Formats: sequence, C-alpha cells, structure tokens
Amino acid sequence: MDARPTDLMPAAAVPARRSDFNRALYTGLAVLGLACIVAAPFAIYPVFLMKILCFALFAAAFNLLIGYVGLLSFGHAAFFGGGAYASAHALKVWGWPPELGILFGAAVGALLGLVMGFFAIRRQGIYFAMITLALAQMVFFVCLQAPFTGGEDGIQNVPRGFLLGGLIDLSVNLNLYYVVLAITAFGLFAVWRVVHSPFGAVLQAIRENEPRAISLGYRVDRYKLGAFVMSAGLAGLAGGTKALVFQLATLTDVAWQMSGEVILMTLLGGIGTLPGPVVGAALVAALEHYFATSSFPVTIITGLVFMACVLLFRRGIVGEVLHRLRRR
Amino acid sequence: MTTIFGVPIQALLGQLLLGLINGSFYAMLSLGLAVIFGLLRVINFAHGAQYMLGAFVAWLLLEHLGIGYWWALLVAPLVVGAASLVVERAALSKLYDLDPLYGLLFTFGLALTIEGAFRWQFGAAGQPYATPDELVGAKNLGFMVLPIYRGFVVVASVVICLAVWLLIERTKFGAYLRAATEDRTLVQVFGVNVPRLLTLTYALGAGLAGLAGVLAAPIYQVSPLMGSNLIIIVFAVVVVGGMGSIGGAILTGYALGVLEGLTKVFYPPASSIVIFVVMAAVLLVRPAGLFGREG
Repeated sequence: MDARPTDLMPAAAVPARRSDFNRALYTGLAVLGLACIVAAPFAIYPVFLMKILCFALFAAAFNLLIGYVGLLSFGHAAFFGGGAYASAHALKVWGWPPELGILFGAAVGALLGLVMGFFAIRRQGIYFAMITLALAQMVFFVCLQAPFTGGEDGIQNVPRGFLLGGLIDLSVNLNLYYVVLAITAFGLFAVWRVVHSPFGAVLQAIRENEPRAISLGYRVDRYKLGAFVMSAGLAGLAGGTKALVFQLATLTDVAWQMSGEVILMTLLGGIGTLPGPVVGAALVAALEHYFATSSFPVTIITGLVFMACVLLFRRGIVGEVLHRLRRR
Repeated sequence: MTTIFGVPIQALLGQLLLGLINGSFYAMLSLGLAVIFGLLRVINFAHGAQYMLGAFVAWLLLEHLGIGYWWALLVAPLVVGAASLVVERAALSKLYDLDPLYGLLFTFGLALTIEGAFRWQFGAAGQPYATPDELVGAKNLGFMVLPIYRGFVVVASVVICLAVWLLIERTKFGAYLRAATEDRTLVQVFGVNVPRLLTLTYALGAGLAGLAGVLAAPIYQVSPLMGSNLIIIVFAVVVVGGMGSIGGAILTGYALGVLEGLTKVFYPPASSIVIFVVMAAVLLVRPAGLFGREG
C-alpha cells in the first residue's frame, strides 16, 4: 500500500494556453511585483521583510520535497536549525566572513540531510514523516546538550560583518536586505531549475507512480536522496541567513514546532506550486508578528489554519488561484 | 555495596524501574496509535494532546468538583473518547479517501490547537496532582525501595495492555476490527457498519491515551506540553516495533523504556537520544520494524 501514488499535490502543471494578452498581463504583474520587492524596505521594517525572505526560502526548500517528490518531511527544522547553528558558530567563533559562514550553514544542512535521508528514504509515506520527525528530534537533543550550541541561550550576538572583503557593511539593515533578497532569489531559482530539469521530471515521476519509475530503470532511492540533500542544503542556507539577520541561533530553530511551521507555510501557500511557499511564508510570518506581543498563543491560530487547510482547501492559496485560472 | 559493571545495584534497579514506568506509557500510547493506524490508516498526531487532555480532566475534576483519582480513571477516558468521537465524525472521517498524510497533518493541527488553548487557560507551568491516598508511600523490597504508586502504574499498564489485546484478539468487536483492517469493503458487504467501527476505534484509541494521561498525572506534572514531547518518542517506538502487530507495539514500548533507563545509568547524556538511535539501527536492518510486515 505504501506504493500507491500520492495525491497530496495537484497533478503536474499542465502548460496552459495563454493568449498574448495574458502574457502581457503576467509580465506586467511580474515587473510590478519586482518593483514592490525592491522598494519594500523603504516602507516596511527591513528585518521583518528579511524574516519573510528566510522563511520563504526555507518553505521553498521544503516544497521541493513535498511538492515534487511527494515526500512529507516532518524534520526540516533540523536542517534549518543546523544551518543556523553552523553559520552562527563559523561567524562568531571562527570569525569567518559572512558569505563563507552562510555557505557553511548550507553545507552542514546538506550533510545532515545526507545522513537523515539515508535512513528516512527506507520507508515511504507516513513512516517517512515519522522517521524524519524522530531523527530531527534527535538533532534537537544533541543541540540541547552539545557544548558549542550554548544550550538554552543559543549563540547570541553573531557579528554580521562585511561582505566581499569589507565592501558592503551588513550591519546596515538596508544593505543586508538586498543581500538576503539575492540569496532567496538564488534559492528559489535553484528550486525552479531543479523542478524543470530532467532530474526534476524523474522526481515527479516518482511522486506519481514510484513502482513504475523503478520498473523504468530509475534508481529511485538515489533520486530521492539527491532531492532530500538539495532540500536540506537550501533549508540550511535559509537557516544560516536567518542567523545572520537576527544575529542569533537558538533551540527554537531546531525544535519540531519549526518543522510544523514550514509545513503550514507550504500547505497554506500551495503545495507543488513555486510561488506558494513564498505567499505562505509571508502570511505565517505576518500572523506571528501580529500575535507576538499578545499573550494569546499563536499555536491556536496556526492549528486552526492547519485544520482548515486540510479540510477545506488542500490546494492552498496559490494552488486554488491557479486552479481557477486554468479552469476558465 | 553490590555492583554490576561498576554501577551500584540500587542505582541500576532504580533507573530500571524508572525506565519501566516510561516504558509503560510508551506501550499504552503506541498501542493506541497502532490500533488507530491499523484500521483508519491515520497517524494520530493528536495522541499526545489526548494524553494531556486525560491528565487535565483528572486534575480539573479534583480541583473543581472534588472528584478523586479512582473516578477520574473512569471519567477522563470517557470524556476524551467522547470528544475524539466528535472530532472523528465531524472532520477526520472526511479525510479517509485522501492520502494518509492529510490525516497526519489534520491531527497535527488539532494537537497544536488543543495544546495552545490549554496553555492559554492554564499557563505553561505544570500543576501537581496528588497521589491517591490508597497508593501513597513506598515498600522496601530489600534490594530497593519501591514507591507504591509507581509499582501500581506498571501493573495497571500491563493489565490495560492485556485487556486491549484480549478485546482485539478474543472478542467479536475485535474480530470485526481485525477483519476490517484486512479488507474494509468486504466487511461492509457482510453488513457490518464500518464507518461506526472506525469512529469507535478512534474513540477507543483516544480514550486509551486519556487513561494513560490519568495514570501519568501523579508522576509527571499535569502540563499542557506533557504530551507533545512524548508523542515524538512514541512515534520512534512505533517505527521500531512496526505497526503490524498489537503485541509488538506493547513489547517494543516496554523494552525501549527499559533500555532508556539503562542508558541513564551507564551513559546519561545519551539517554534522551537512545531510542532514536535504536530506530535508525532498526531501519538499517529491518526497515519494516521488528514486528512489522513488509509492504
């Protein structure tokens, strides 16, 4: 039964026939959107925007697995938090420049992904989710006890430093915003590139019908592991960037709640759509920002949103919009 | 002083008992998860929340109505079971035809909401729950001192697990349940009301978690987050045991609890991760779990 094709995500995007008018409309919207993103830090607090960007990258990395391979990882906090700790440690203790520090975070995320993926891809479906959750909890306990993570305090006061050997001062929020924007854009492009490559096509074949992909001669496990490592590496990149932005890496980053959060972002925005995780990340970050000062636990809301998404609109916001557009 | 492998025997037995108690809860909870999964194909992430709910119902009964432990042992599982019955009818039953992962995501959201609501109402700190008068005190067994309540919990959990095992293996309800696990459609054709069977099974599993919660109340503090950390360990237990067999879930629960206790004696820092390490090792050797069926 494990092998049944999963219907968790909408079928692969059918290229819709677009008229010239539509094409012009989309181009116009894209330009407008880009202008908004570039101008945003002048209107909205840049640190909040950078938080959204980091989570958008994190959710996009997660979506690469759930949306295009059909694997629900419940342990992505391990890669995000692992990347955050690694970057924070490299930046603060080893005094690495920020570009290397963040890359180190991504590398550690990918390495963790390689190890966890090696175990997790042995089972499918629900078991995969439980195994990733359990392994991530193990990473959490290691981070709780290991000397270099600073225990309950985490790694604080991480220096932001200067990019390109002193050229760009990252302690200026506006400078950092554009750097984070570039990192996130790179990450989203990487996901897009993977999804639309021959490799991505095989991944989607695995999602649709794994036994068939095997019988066609694909080494399914290697493809799955490859996707898992990529997703983990991008999640580590997001975590490392987050550590640079907030100058902080704590246990919150590796806790299971973080894994749940990234699932919610992706589910809310739209599993298996490229813009979905970005929309979901923005909404969830805004929600948390709104409740951050009140004593009302935000988990009540996130839990309700979770249930509503599962019961009422499984395509997510972007998925639902795309579905309506396509049907017309 | 007598020692084994350089460890005082008292310390060893003490941790062994502690491990056995933790194991009792692992066994009861993984049993409930296995029963629910077997029939509903849903991994009940809310199991930890239902366990917490059981403990809280007991605490509320005592605080506000003066109803003591023994009645709570009966009432709390019924309350939790009834609440879960409503959830199953209203929402969970709508998800059976979809990918099983949706059930996991739904119950995850449910757990977040329940825990958030209780944290909001009662704060994150734990509330103490007094041990019932009949079970206060300790017995000196000669080689160690056994707190009576802890002994009671171990015995009670064994009785509960046995009772559930008998219910499933030896009664008509259990026969229907096992048959429906094998082939739901066929059982329905024979005139069994399968949707009702699913509802009852979910309520049974949740009630079992509630019962475990009441048993846990005097040992651990009653707190909104008592279930969420436990449930992840129980997931690992379930992966180790494999969800194919009820007996396997029970045995694995006790065994891993004891193993955790032993690790606490010999290498304390590893005690919080030993179950996950075992899980990884089992995945290498027997991916389907120790008692699981392949496929």
